[in-house]
Amino acid sequence: MTMEPVTADRRSAGKPIAAEDEPILEVQFDDLEQQHEASMLGMWLFLATEVLFFGGLITSYAVYRSTSPREVALASHHMKVGLGCLNTVILLGSSLTMALAVRASQLRAHRDLLWWLGGTMVLGTLFLGVKAIEYTAEYQENLVPGWNFQIPEENRATIEQEQLNPGRFQMFFVLYFFMTGLHAIHLIIGIALVGVMAYLSWRRWFSGGGATQIEVTGLYWHFIDIVWVFLYPLLYLIDVHS
Amino acid sequence: MSAVAVEFQEREDYLQEYTLKSWLLTTDHKRIGLLYMATITLFFFIGGATATVMRLELMTPQGDVLYSPDAYNRLFTMHGVVMIFFFLVPSIPAVLGNFLIPIMIGARDLAFPILNLLSWYILMIGGAIALWILIFGGIDTGWTFYTPFSTMFSNTMVVPAAAAVFITGFSSILTGLNFIVTIHTMRAPGMTWFRLPLFVWAIYATSLIQVLATPVVAIAIALVAVERVLRVGVFDPALGGDPILFQHLFWFYSHPVVYIMVLPGMGVVAEIVPCFSRRPIFGYRFIAFSSIAIAVLGFLVWGHHMFVSGQSMYAGMIFSMLSYLIAIPSAIKVFNWTATLYKGSVRLDTPMLYALGFIGLFTLGGLTGLMLASLAIDVHVHDTYFVVAHFHYIMVGGAVMAYLGGIHFWWPKMSGRMYNELLGKLSALIVFIGFNLTFFPQFVLGYLGMPRRYYEYPPEFQVLNVMSTAGASILAVGYVLPLVYLLLSLRNPPDAGPNPWRATGLEWQTTSPPPVHNFDEPPVVMEDPYAYSPEAAEALDDNGTGDGGSTLRR
Repeated sequence: MTMEPVTADRRSAGKPIAAEDEPILEVQFDDLEQQHEASMLGMWLFLATEVLFFGGLITSYAVYRSTSPREVALASHHMKVGLGCLNTVILLGSSLTMALAVRASQLRAHRDLLWWLGGTMVLGTLFLGVKAIEYTAEYQENLVPGWNFQIPEENRATIEQEQLNPGRFQMFFVLYFFMTGLHAIHLIIGIALVGVMAYLSWRRWFSGGGATQIEVTGLYWHFIDIVWVFLYPLLYLIDVHS
Repeated sequence: MSAVAVEFQEREDYLQEYTLKSWLLTTDHKRIGLLYMATITLFFFIGGATATVMRLELMTPQGDVLYSPDAYNRLFTMHGVVMIFFFLVPSIPAVLGNFLIPIMIGARDLAFPILNLLSWYILMIGGAIALWILIFGGIDTGWTFYTPFSTMFSNTMVVPAAAAVFITGFSSILTGLNFIVTIHTMRAPGMTWFRLPLFVWAIYATSLIQVLATPVVAIAIALVAVERVLRVGVFDPALGGDPILFQHLFWFYSHPVVYIMVLPGMGVVAEIVPCFSRRPIFGYRFIAFSSIAIAVLGFLVWGHHMFVSGQSMYAGMIFSMLSYLIAIPSAIKVFNWTATLYKGSVRLDTPMLYALGFIGLFTLGGLTGLMLASLAIDVHVHDTYFVVAHFHYIMVGGAVMAYLGGIHFWWPKMSGRMYNELLGKLSALIVFIGFNLTFFPQFVLGYLGMPRRYYEYPPEFQVLNVMSTAGASILAVGYVLPLVYLLLSLRNPPDAGPNPWRATGLEWQTTSPPPVHNFDEPPVVMEDPYAYSPEAAEALDDNGTGDGGSTLRR
């Protein structure tokens, strides 16, 4: 059964499209396979860019941690490990729902797809909520550099005794807010993207169920998840045993 | 759609529509290439104007043209920022790459045409911010944004400049991403990796650097903005930061960016040289892999910018050694181009003059680069005009020469028209002479100890500085001339024909200007690239039916 590929012209001509149709073939591609391959490779390359983007920050972190391990360890004790742990569970769960959404789109299971995309958005938003609670607590403890930062009472004596660099102590929080803030921005973009996909799927806008689009969105979502998997131990767990 | 069928007898080329909307909303890679061309030409002349004022100031030992040394600082910073981020980085990839990559591999467009248009708009946003900075105050940190000066001491528009660089970076990343995906997935039937024109290999290597290096400078610049705005320590040693870390992050991009600028130029030369010597390129695979080798090694040499910055001596030695290594693939290219000329039927048309100029000037720039890669010499000439001369030989003598050569080579394809060949040759000659007169004296100045970025200098340096300024005025004529005769050529009827240079390659098998989707029939590639033969060229000349590969004009 060879089906005529649906072209962009057909959509603009207002002819009805349905999930049963083949996906729309953009004019620059020869066939659907090539189109799918290009979309996937494009997102993988974008993620390579993102790895280097966060890589610059993680390098900075590594340099400061290796040259001032004591300051970084002291500062990391102010992290809310419990909330961070909860957030890790939430985000890993959202990766599961996202993976199930991709599966549902490939099976053209329309209802399931909407449920899983919705679930992914809820979990993503939940993560942001927990993060907001953390940020608020840190603000109340005067730990936000550039706003109200003060070295906490309990660390002052140690810093003086061991002649540590208070600038490096604050640096941990600069990097913490920058790294988690950048991660949160990525997550907000991710939630918006999943939201757009959910809306378009709900309106049955995708010819052929939108499997490629949702798979590409899924790649991005898993990337956000993986960044957190690195940030969580780097920032929260480095000195948790001492 | 039926109207198209009726008019199909008359060719529908990609320039057919004239409305502003048809340009600003186009997703045609060829039109987007021309949009880039217009944009970067503007920035080239802005950057050139700042250089002109600098050369005028340096004509005399005392400061007289500008009202303060501070103004001079802003001038050379703007020159660097505009020329690097808004001219050289987008130049060959975004103009020629955009126009040629899909045609050369036999595709109808890039993989992501809307993303391609978006990349241009992103560049325009960054460019608009840069112009705003230029008009309302400028920035005086040098294009390198070194901390803590840029974060704590400079009173100029550092944050807007950081924003401009950050935003423009994404234009570069998305263009590179588009090229890589297109080259991987959209080659025509029969277009195997080793049948790709070497220009495509060069752009592929360039794109890898764009995608992998640009995000690092983006994050470094963002951290500079954080430190400056919030006054919290990131790089400032007074606040617990490490300025050397900034230099590492900065040069991790900003050394590879040199290869973003020059690799595409090497690709252009590899197209021009075989065509005008009627010989298959010598050592195809070596040239192709040397592009990749330069891209990979280019990531490992950034520390040679920091020999005197306080990095460890052993790091300096390693970086010095790795920098020597990069000369190997560069030299492979130069030797292969030269070997291609051997026993060829060489014709000195305008593109070839530019390409030969490139080979000579790039060799000089590369060899002085080896001198700078050796620790002892670098400590001696660091931050002098020797360095300035060296990188201008690569970027102006190399990248700009290749860009102009490429524009002259593919102009008939882009516009369908030939330009005045005599004026073309003249411009190539003027650029070559003007360039050498401008920058060769700077090698001498630097070796004698004149530091860069100074607005006054001891009187004994004046003769060489006057020579340099005189050269710059000649160079300016050489750059304005092509703008004039290329634009004038647009008044002619489109009579260049599909293949005025009798070149091989898919782009020459379609009409000039090409149709909207590049080919009337999907091309199938049956042979290797560069199937030229010198015997055929001579035979044509002997019996008077051919002109040895020159232009076919009415």
